[in-house]
Amino acid sequence: MSGNTTVPATGVAAWWAAIRRDRKASIGAALLAFFVLLAVVGPLLVGDPQALVGIPLQPPSPQHWLGTTGQGQDVLAQLVVGTRVSLAIGFAVGLAVVLVGALVGITAGYFGGRVDGLLSLLFNVFLVIPGLPLAIVIAAYLPSGPLTLGLVLTVTGWAWNARVMRAQTLSQRQRDFVAAAIVTGESDFRIITNEILPTMTSLLVAQVIGSTVYAIGAQVGLEFLGLGDVSAVTWGTNLYWAQNDSALLTGAWWTFAPTGLCVALVGFGLTMLNSGFDEISNPRLQLERAWRAYLESRGHKATRSTPVVVDRV
Amino acid sequence: MRFLLRRLGFYLLSGWVALTINFLLPRLMPGDPATALFARFRGRLGPEAMQALRETFGLTQAPLWRQYLTSLGHVLRGDLGISIAYFPSPVSSVIGTGLIWTVFLAGSAVAISFALGTLLGLAAAWWRRGWIDTWLPSTLVFFGAFPFFWLAMVALYVFGFVLGWFPLGHAYSDEITPAFTAAFLLDIARHAVLPVGTMVLATLGGWLLSMRNTMISVLGSDFVNLARAKGLPQSRVALRYAARNALLPSITSLGMALGFVLGGSLLTEIVFSYPGQGYLLVQAVRNQDYPLMQGIFLVITLAVLGANWLVDLVVLWLDPRIRESAS
Repeated sequence: MSGNTTVPATGVAAWWAAIRRDRKASIGAALLAFFVLLAVVGPLLVGDPQALVGIPLQPPSPQHWLGTTGQGQDVLAQLVVGTRVSLAIGFAVGLAVVLVGALVGITAGYFGGRVDGLLSLLFNVFLVIPGLPLAIVIAAYLPSGPLTLGLVLTVTGWAWNARVMRAQTLSQRQRDFVAAAIVTGESDFRIITNEILPTMTSLLVAQVIGSTVYAIGAQVGLEFLGLGDVSAVTWGTNLYWAQNDSALLTGAWWTFAPTGLCVALVGFGLTMLNSGFDEISNPRLQLERAWRAYLESRGHKATRSTPVVVDRV
Repeated sequence: MRFLLRRLGFYLLSGWVALTINFLLPRLMPGDPATALFARFRGRLGPEAMQALRETFGLTQAPLWRQYLTSLGHVLRGDLGISIAYFPSPVSSVIGTGLIWTVFLAGSAVAISFALGTLLGLAAAWWRRGWIDTWLPSTLVFFGAFPFFWLAMVALYVFGFVLGWFPLGHAYSDEITPAFTAAFLLDIARHAVLPVGTMVLATLGGWLLSMRNTMISVLGSDFVNLARAKGLPQSRVALRYAARNALLPSITSLGMALGFVLGGSLLTEIVFSYPGQGYLLVQAVRNQDYPLMQGIFLVITLAVLGANWLVDLVVLWLDPRIRESAS
């Protein structure tokens, strides 16, 4: 496999270069960058989203590009301002969920035995209890706001990550380098942080991205039910008000269509980025790409080789 | 048998955890539901009635463990307390009115989505790089990125409002009296097309990909090659040999998907004003009807646990390896 440029395994610059090389990842990164930019500078460019600026339920016009809501607010302003809170909660929950999941999963997988039995039981129970109803019950008791949403989504979302991390730790635990570390007398904590965790970097990144998609979707769902702070401006509350003002039955598509589209575009962008990352960091797919490049350089037509399903326990 | 009993034990444990969460939540949270509850009813109920209400919820002065036992006893007898939004109906009967619609909606959505998605996945794997394999997965994954209920809103707007092909909401028309007639059943089906359709659209991609990926790896295995070498008909190799084995992971994840779809169904119902649990849930949230909310949580959890156990039965029947190791 000589002749292909080797990719340094770590480093931000390497990731960046890899993203730019992969078409899927670049599309995802571009979408994401657009929305992050929108969240950061957008609110400065539009007016007060709560201001009553016109006649209610006006279709899109030159003054109000996306029309007005049932109360006469500017839909575009609400959409742009809502981006900030929704994305912030999404990313924060995505990180928190992975953190909790990794902590529990690695502990269970590394120490094994009774610790593993107990923790596995715990996350299996949380996996089987339906998330949304549980989230609703907890959220209803707490004062509504972003903190509550974050807490509730973390409580209902961590279990899947814990399961994946446990399986991954279990397989790493069998490897020779871990055995060598144990023999040299390294402490458990050091083995976990310095030996096992670095091998999981790409998995963790993928999990954060996946969990963020989950968090944004679930958060919008809860707010749509009226469990967020309904006086705040977020994507979910925008949809809540659209539904409450019977936007649908009056045909006011502009009050709900743009918001949902944004949710989907962010989710789609993150998913694209994730599958791009997978192709970058997965050595098997890297080999495949190198092999294809080699074939093509020899003038052969490269066909895709069969993907292999990794059986996760 | 051991396998089934172990799984049953696990579901019982999960059910118990759900019950305990249900019991502890109102007692741990800063907002005291009892105060809110009593404030709502002050002036409308006599002190005796209030005391009775207090006792139904188990919010007494008794020590915590005794309250716990009392509440467990109530739940086991099917007594979930009294609804506030629908006072004075008991929660169990309020939930009973909506349960059948939710089960119908979520059940048919899961069944259709699973069957269709699996078949499409089978086709995509069999005719690799055919048009199904090229276009369908990415299209469906894109649809899967939309929130369930938002797809429902768009479907309602386009097919209900603009085109007028389907009714705008509810489970059946007001003009038709509920009876076991063809007209009534047809009416129900017409009302279910949009909500079920959106849920199927949102979940189809997952089933397709799962089946496609497993099927591809099964198609490469030795026993399939042997079947081909023996000259068995293509359809037999595809269905009896490969598909049957490739189906297992999909079926295993069916149980977990049920909980997810039930959650999505709650939100979809709201968009279509469908008279199921979702509609009740919104009423409960708006009226701070904690007993009803908790009752819905409990009933849905138990339904999901039960469904999971059924899935285990099916897995046991399909997978000889589990049967072997269990006996």
